[in-house]
Amino acid sequence: MSILDIQGPARTFGADKPKTFRLPKVDADRLLPFVVPVALVGLWQAGSSFGFISDRIMPSPLAVLSAFWQEAASGDLGHNILVSGARALAGLAVGGSIGFLLGIVNGLSRLSERLTDTTLQMVRTIPHLALIPLVILWFGIGEEAKLFLTALGVLFPVYLNTYHGVRNVDRDLIEMGRIYGMGRWSLFRKVIFPGALPSIFVGLRYALGIMWLTLIVSETIAASSGIGYMANNAREFMMTDIVVLALVIYALLGKLADVVARALERWALSWNPAYQR
Amino acid sequence: MTIAQVERDHRASIETTSETAPSVAPAGLRLRGVEKTFGKNRVLRGIDLFVPAGQFLAIVGKSGCGKSTLLRLLVGLDQQTGGTIAFEDGQGQEIAPNSRIVFQEPRLLPWFDVADNVGVGLGDGVARADARRRGEAALAEVQLSDKAKEWPSRLSGGQRQRVALARALVSRPGLLALDEPLGALDALTRISMQALLARVWQELGFTAVLVTHDVTEAVHLADRVIVLDEGRIIRDIAVPQPHPRHHGDASLAKIEGQLLEAILGER
Repeated sequence: MSILDIQGPARTFGADKPKTFRLPKVDADRLLPFVVPVALVGLWQAGSSFGFISDRIMPSPLAVLSAFWQEAASGDLGHNILVSGARALAGLAVGGSIGFLLGIVNGLSRLSERLTDTTLQMVRTIPHLALIPLVILWFGIGEEAKLFLTALGVLFPVYLNTYHGVRNVDRDLIEMGRIYGMGRWSLFRKVIFPGALPSIFVGLRYALGIMWLTLIVSETIAASSGIGYMANNAREFMMTDIVVLALVIYALLGKLADVVARALERWALSWNPAYQR
Repeated sequence: MTIAQVERDHRASIETTSETAPSVAPAGLRLRGVEKTFGKNRVLRGIDLFVPAGQFLAIVGKSGCGKSTLLRLLVGLDQQTGGTIAFEDGQGQEIAPNSRIVFQEPRLLPWFDVADNVGVGLGDGVARADARRRGEAALAEVQLSDKAKEWPSRLSGGQRQRVALARALVSRPGLLALDEPLGALDALTRISMQALLARVWQELGFTAVLVTHDVTEAVHLADRVIVLDEGRIIRDIAVPQPHPRHHGDASLAKIEGQLLEAILGER
C-alpha cells in the first residue's frame, strides 16, 4: 500500500527459480542506522587512547561518560536538563500557539490574511537571534528573554505550515461538507483541521529544531542554569569533557523531541496511507 | 404513467413492510423557465420540467450542454439566474428541498473510517454513536457492512463510491442527484454498481436524477431520459421497460439508438 512497496524486490520473469543466498534482512535493517555513529565513537576513543587526540581539544568518550556520572550523581545534570526542558516547552507552547492560531485565522479569512501576512513575512526575515542584544536590554538575562526568543523562533515555522495546510485543504471536500449541512465549526473540525494536520506536523518538527537552537544560543549567552549555562561555565574552567557532555545531551534531547513528534504524527495521521505500515 | 404508478405502489408496499428502510416520501420537482448564465455564457435557457415523485430521470447530452449545471441547481450547489425550482410531495404540495448528491469522485474524508464517513450524511446535531449505528445500517444497504471500520484509502474505487452512495442515502433524501457517479469506474464494476443503484432505488423509492454521458447506462436505469443540447431540452423519452433490466435487451437498444441520434444528429 505504501510508496515504499514500489522499491520492493523487483520481480522478473523466472522469479520462481530457487534463491540460493539471502541476507538476514530485518536485523541488518534495524542495525544499519547505528553503524556510522558507533564506528565514529570507536574511532574517537581509539584516537584518544593512542594519544592522537589531545584531551585539551577533545576528551575521550570515556571521559565524557565519567563526566556524565559525576554530574548526574551531584544532581546538577538532572536539574539543568529540567530547567532547559521546561524553557524549551514553554517557548514552544507560547510561540506554537500564536503561530497556530495565526495560521488558522489567516488560512480561513481573506481579510485577516491581507491585514497581517505581509507584516509577518517581514518580521520573519529578521534572524530572531539578531534580537539578542535588544532582548537583553528589555528583559535582562531573566527567563523572559529566553522565553521570548524561543517563542519568536518557533512561531514562524508553525504559522507558515499551518496557513499553508489550511489553504490547501481539498476544495471538493469542503464543498461536500457544505452541501451535507456542516456548520462552520463542524466544517473546521471534520474537514479543514484534519486536512491541514499533515502540514501542521511538518511545521511542528521544524519548530522543534529551531526551539533547541534558540535555547542553546540564549542559554550560552545569558543564563545561570540550564545545559547551555553548564557548558559555558565549564569552558571557563577548561573542562572540555563537560562541554562535550552538554553537546551530547542536546543531541539526545533533540532526537527525543523528534521521536515524540513522529510518534504523535503517526498516531494522528494513521488514516494516511503514507503512515500505514 | 400507469406503469410508473404500479411501480410506485409496489415500492410503497415494500416500504411499509420493511423495517430497515423507513423512508422519507420521494420529492417531485417542478422547474419553470430555469436559466443559468455565467457572464455572457447562457448555460441553461429556459428549462421547463416536471419530475414526478419517485421517478428515475436521466439527463444526457454532450459535454458542455448544461447537464451538470442543471443538477447543481437542483441540489442547491448553485443559484439559478432565472426561473423557479420547487420541490413537492406526491400530492403536489410544495415541500422544503431535501436532496443529496453523489459526485463522480467519492469525496470521502480520508481521516474518518467508513462508518463515520457515512454518518456525515446525517448532518450536524446527531450524536456520533447514533450516526455510526445508522451509518452501519446504510452500509448494509450497499453491501459493505464488513468495511465499517476501514479507512477509505483501503477500499477499491467501486467500494468508495458505494460508501458515497450510503452517505447520500443515510438521511433518506426525497431526491438523490447523481453526477456521473460511475464515470470513474471500470466497466465491470460499473455494471454491478448499476444493478445496485437500480435495486436501492426500487427499495427506498426516492426520486433520482442521474447525469451521465453514457446513454446505455441512462437507458438501463431510468424511467425517462431527457436530452439536453445548448441549455435546452431537445428530447424527452420514456423508458417503460420494467426492472430488473438486462444488458443487451433489444427494446432498450432501440431507445438507446433514438437518444444517440438526438444527441449527435441535431445541430
